[in-house]
Amino acid sequence: MAVRNSLSGQLLRRSSVVAGARFMSSWFRSIEPAPKDPILGVTEAFLADQSPNKVNVGVGAYRDDNGKPVVLECVREAERRIAGSQFMEYLPIGGSIKMVEESLKLAYGENSEFIKDKRIGAVQALSGTGACRLFAAFQHRFHPNSQIYIPVPTWANHHNIWRDAGVPMKTFRYYHPETRGLDFSGLMEDIKNAPDGSFFLLHACAHNPTGVDPSEEQWREISSLIKIKGHFPFFDMAYQGFASGDPERDAKAIRIFLEDGHLIGLAQSYAKNMGLYGQRVGCLSVLCEDEKQAVAVKSQLQLLARPMYSNPPVHGALIVSTVLGDPELKNLWLKEVKVMADRIIGMRATLRENLEKLGSPLPWQHITNQIGMFCYSGLTPEQVDRMTNEFHIYMTRNGRISMAGLNTGNVGYVANAIHEVTKSA
Amino acid sequence: MASAVLSIATQCVSPNASSLSINETHKGKAKLGGSTLRFSKSSGRISMTVAVNVSRFEGIPMAPPDPILGVSEAFRADTNDVKLNLGVGAYRTEELQPYVLNVVKKAENLMLERGDNKEYLPIEGLAAFNKATAELLLGADNPAIKEQRVATVQGLSGTGSLRLGAALIERYFPGSKVLISAPTWGNHKNIFNDARVPWSEYRYYDPRTVGLDFEGMIEDIKAAPEGTFVLLHGCAHNPTGIDPTPEQWEKIADVIQQKNHIPFFDVAYQGFASGSLDEDAASVRLFVARGMEVLVAQSYSKNLGLYAERIGAMNVISSSSESATRVKSQLKRLARPMYSNPPVHGARIVANVVGTPVLFDEWKAEMEMMAGRIKNVRQKLYDSISSKDKSGKDWSFILKQIGMFSYTGLNKNQSDNMTNKWHVYMTKDGRISLAGLSLAKCEYLADAIIDSYHNVS
Repeated sequence: MAVRNSLSGQLLRRSSVVAGARFMSSWFRSIEPAPKDPILGVTEAFLADQSPNKVNVGVGAYRDDNGKPVVLECVREAERRIAGSQFMEYLPIGGSIKMVEESLKLAYGENSEFIKDKRIGAVQALSGTGACRLFAAFQHRFHPNSQIYIPVPTWANHHNIWRDAGVPMKTFRYYHPETRGLDFSGLMEDIKNAPDGSFFLLHACAHNPTGVDPSEEQWREISSLIKIKGHFPFFDMAYQGFASGDPERDAKAIRIFLEDGHLIGLAQSYAKNMGLYGQRVGCLSVLCEDEKQAVAVKSQLQLLARPMYSNPPVHGALIVSTVLGDPELKNLWLKEVKVMADRIIGMRATLRENLEKLGSPLPWQHITNQIGMFCYSGLTPEQVDRMTNEFHIYMTRNGRISMAGLNTGNVGYVANAIHEVTKSA
Repeated sequence: MASAVLSIATQCVSPNASSLSINETHKGKAKLGGSTLRFSKSSGRISMTVAVNVSRFEGIPMAPPDPILGVSEAFRADTNDVKLNLGVGAYRTEELQPYVLNVVKKAENLMLERGDNKEYLPIEGLAAFNKATAELLLGADNPAIKEQRVATVQGLSGTGSLRLGAALIERYFPGSKVLISAPTWGNHKNIFNDARVPWSEYRYYDPRTVGLDFEGMIEDIKAAPEGTFVLLHGCAHNPTGIDPTPEQWEKIADVIQQKNHIPFFDVAYQGFASGSLDEDAASVRLFVARGMEVLVAQSYSKNLGLYAERIGAMNVISSSSESATRVKSQLKRLARPMYSNPPVHGARIVANVVGTPVLFDEWKAEMEMMAGRIKNVRQKLYDSISSKDKSGKDWSFILKQIGMFSYTGLNKNQSDNMTNKWHVYMTKDGRISLAGLSLAKCEYLADAIIDSYHNVS
């Protein structure tokens, strides 16, 4: 630092003598180029590829059977209704009250006693990422010595979020590579061995990146054990409705925990289930003992949000509250989200069928056992590189395939490629 | 499995619930120390669950209301007819209604017709927006842009862009301080605090003249250790409305260069202050023309009325394109764990307005209209106060100040009087938002100010 300062300082004194002279050295010399984001970097590489056969099964954004992005009809209709409205004034720091109300009903249940009793401190957040980050900052501020337990594996950005919020991470076992399923006993052991009162990050449904979810019975046992240990359960729910096609069913884990009396934290996102990716709309909620505490918690979340972005963007929030607040539009949404989920489920079946028909020596039932947008294929990084380099198929190096990127037009090609890179495994 | 769960329960009972005495039974619930045992039947089994009554966030205190945004809340709660909201800086028409610019409506209609998709933007935001915003700030033919020395990342309006800049400072300039004006926008301190960047103040506002303490400002910037970041308001200083003159800007740039400081501009009112986009960017362009490396946060909340869309940008003008590339990559790395990628709607509106010549011209006209209304209101307020106040006090600062805000020179007690007696809502530092004032209300406001100034200490 001293060396840099004096060097540029000397140059500065020389150059300031000549009016308008350019600086020779930069303040930013020590700033290194950041590594490419592992997930979003895949799409960048895909876009740059000229091959006509290229397939993007990298980022988790839904595509229709023609490989096109989809804007839901209910969303388009909502936009028509809100067009021309005078709604550009700042939202409150906590965001759209209506959107938050609807979000809580969706997650906690239409007639939830917790909503009636006003026990939930909740704010609009910048999609799932923003909700997690706000919670991580809140955790850091009020439990500065705590850590977060995250499953292995988890969405890559979870690491970045809690790290940048200053909260150290620990892991718990989750994925079982041998069965391509859940390592349930490992998971339970790690929950038991964590010190009482630890913070646990749980994926409510459609685990990202593996697609492996606990069964209902397993969720009940997880809930019991977490309760005995006095752990804090924080749910990241990015796929409600998108996993099974039924939002109520996808919220089952959360409802189990609520029945059990847990005071949960919850991040919700509308990026996938309403196709509002770029609008950045979600919700962070914390279930409290009583209304007074909920008000206090909400006020503190707002205190954290203000120096991050002051108040959240309105457009996506208006869409969500318009859709969920109107019975007709909400019904349309439920139909559309089921269509998306069904297409994914169909693609899983087709991919597995194709691989089995090709005579693959490996087991592929995990493709249909897993749920949601992603499939943890079991491909190794080297095999993934071959998929990309030889077949122009883009995916993340952990072997995660975004099923939404598959369609009737390319599923055969992708199955063939997977078979090619794995047949001698 | 049920029996296994119960046996674990008896082994690992938490210290709080160590006494297993049942105090009372209530509708199938039993109290167990601090927790409640609930007995429920599920699928034919009776299972015992312990409801978690003690929250992890038990001791969390209520946060104070935001000093700026809290004013609007208080205003809304006031039922008196004569109430006036001069708190938050959101533009109002003469009828005191919110104003959605016509160009914005047109741009949104275009977007609706085109049926644009809602896919994720890249982490750095909409490319068309980033290009437009840098050109708007620096001028399309600025050498810095031509030489690709400008790293631009779409941000969540001014706040989000400032926070990105603060995070960059914290990570890559550890130990470096930020110098902020006394006073400055309330949220600046929160942003640097939460980003863990130390700050101190440079003198700015002179209460004796209700103007700029230029000597003090220069002295304090000089006294700061080399390599300090100096936060400057590009135009229409918030909350005072007091801007340096062009000559003073030159001297400020001199001392910043001499001390090897890094200028960090907050540009929230480009076009809104004078009515001219270029004129309002003159300070930033001056620094860039000298070859200095500069950080600039921009916002489109006021000048395009896009408040709630949260659209702005963080720009870093660097000495080389290679350096700009590296800086941009690190800004992205800071943004990803904050919100992954920025909201698309506002970015598209800006890109459409700036990128469509006929809309761009219309925008400039609407901006002149808004800035013009503010100037008229300043004039009317000044005229009203001067004619009513016989004390000989010089109120001309009202005309000299520029932009949405005016520092009235009222202290906290006097500001409270404005609210409590006159139902005029403003911030405690004496700041009023002229955007919330109509010509029709100037007389009333004049009365309120004169009363508060003279009769309250």
